[in-house]
Amino acid sequence: MIDLLALCAFNAAYAHAIDNDQLEKWPDFFTEDCLYRITSADNEREGLPAGIVYADSRAMLQDRIAALREANIYERQSYRHLLGMPVLQTADSDTATACTPFMVARIMLHGETRLFATGEYRDRFVRTQGRLMLAERVAVCDSTVTDTLLALPL
Amino acid sequence: MQAPTPRWSGPGYTRIPYAIYTDTAVSRQEQERIFRGPTWNYLCLDAELPEPGCYRTTHVGDAPVVVVRDDDGEIYAFENRCAHRGALIALEKSGRAPSFQCVYHAWSYNRQGDLRGVAFEKGVKGQGGMPETFCKQEHGPRKLRVAVYCGLVFGSFSDDVPPIEEYLGEEICARIERVMHKPVKVIGRFTQALPNNWKLYMENVKDSYHASLLHLFFTTFELNRLSQKGGVIVDESGGHHVSFSMIDGAAAADTSYREQGLRSDTDRYRLKDPGVLEGFQEFDDGVTLQILSVFPGFVLQQIQNCLAVRQLVPTGQDKSELHWTYLGYADDTPAQQKARLKQLNLVGPAGFISMEDGAVGGFVQRGIAGADDHEAVVEMGGDSVSSSEGRATETSVRGFWKAYRTHMESPA
Repeated sequence: MIDLLALCAFNAAYAHAIDNDQLEKWPDFFTEDCLYRITSADNEREGLPAGIVYADSRAMLQDRIAALREANIYERQSYRHLLGMPVLQTADSDTATACTPFMVARIMLHGETRLFATGEYRDRFVRTQGRLMLAERVAVCDSTVTDTLLALPL
Repeated sequence: MQAPTPRWSGPGYTRIPYAIYTDTAVSRQEQERIFRGPTWNYLCLDAELPEPGCYRTTHVGDAPVVVVRDDDGEIYAFENRCAHRGALIALEKSGRAPSFQCVYHAWSYNRQGDLRGVAFEKGVKGQGGMPETFCKQEHGPRKLRVAVYCGLVFGSFSDDVPPIEEYLGEEICARIERVMHKPVKVIGRFTQALPNNWKLYMENVKDSYHASLLHLFFTTFELNRLSQKGGVIVDESGGHHVSFSMIDGAAAADTSYREQGLRSDTDRYRLKDPGVLEGFQEFDDGVTLQILSVFPGFVLQQIQNCLAVRQLVPTGQDKSELHWTYLGYADDTPAQQKARLKQLNLVGPAGFISMEDGAVGGFVQRGIAGADDHEAVVEMGGDSVSSSEGRATETSVRGFWKAYRTHMESPA
């Protein structure tokens, strides 16, 4: 049975990887044929399928990190994720669905810290070979507005 | 009105005084002469108002606006400002309404923006009420002229603005029709808050020179090289443009990047899942990229199968909001829609090729602080503002300033 504590530990490790610039680890939290998307509550309410990030494979997540490291130009910045307690919706021995609220502050090179995004992850977890992984994570932002740009993942 | 402080150092458009991006008097005058002047401003898509009563709220420059379809099938637009005390009439982003009622004192309006009801107009038990002389027909929010072109809804506060097709000109019309040739549907909406004056974003959109230098992702995958076939169209007013490119097999062997040792020409970077770029052919003319702008703040984009409109709204001297509406066609197959969803990774606030555009305007805005008496150089391709075959040119940026100065310097 996948339990709350397992999800909390998973989410803590997930946030830790992003916030500590271990972005190369981030795709490994997902299954090979995962879905990862960033959208807004408005789009979800209206059933609009697009995301500002839309990946349907782990390889696409790896490509995004490679692009951030090698191609894209943006000011040096980091995030601090604060993740709330997951609401466990369904769970059995190898699968679970859950919603977890997030708040993400963005810290810029020159020192400015601002609340960058709030929202919730809508997740589908699977356990394969004893390891918990995300088959799907939709980061639904409460606001439709993104300040300047979104480089690092949520 | 007091003359704005920025001084143009010549009659042409190759030197842009930095004060034009920082001066508050300029900003106020832009609202009056450009946004509420004889221009057409994008409001929404025809497809977003499918039935009578459907409305959306938006902005024309500073001014809040309601756009709504009435029972006669026509689209109307009026200021979102109650005639009584000036409060917003509609608060939601969109919805459906038989009529509109201001929440403050319940003055009500029909879908054409006519004041129809004044609460307690005759008073209560013979007390109070409006004077006999008060005439509802003489009060109401300002109405906009509305023009629908190829499914795009434009509005204007001006009675002097030319008809939309004349405003756009033949070449721009043809390029809009090329993309909007059949019914579209919205597949997502996102807003990007830009840390810069609105004009810096419009210049960026029109600047075909920067695309392959700033956006490495584009260049690496040969979506957009200056050496690709393509060009820039600038309309007669200067204010509208189209930048386009077509895949050219010969460009693969082009060495102009390598010879200059530019950062853009790296070949280390390859995608693990090229699905992000996999599309399907839907235009017969071989044009893989078409960025089109309409003065003052509208963009229509086709990058492969990635379609979007962008509406730029100034929200202050040094900030603006870019509203992205991602599109597909109403008759898309599920596979076609999927391809668009994946390609949309290229654009928007997190786009592989457009995230930089959200930041670079801010770099300029911060860079020009304290440099009000200095000016930018816009001289790539000389001083012309005409259409050009190559794209190593700033011709359409100069075109923007031509249109801008025409509006700002014509007597109010």
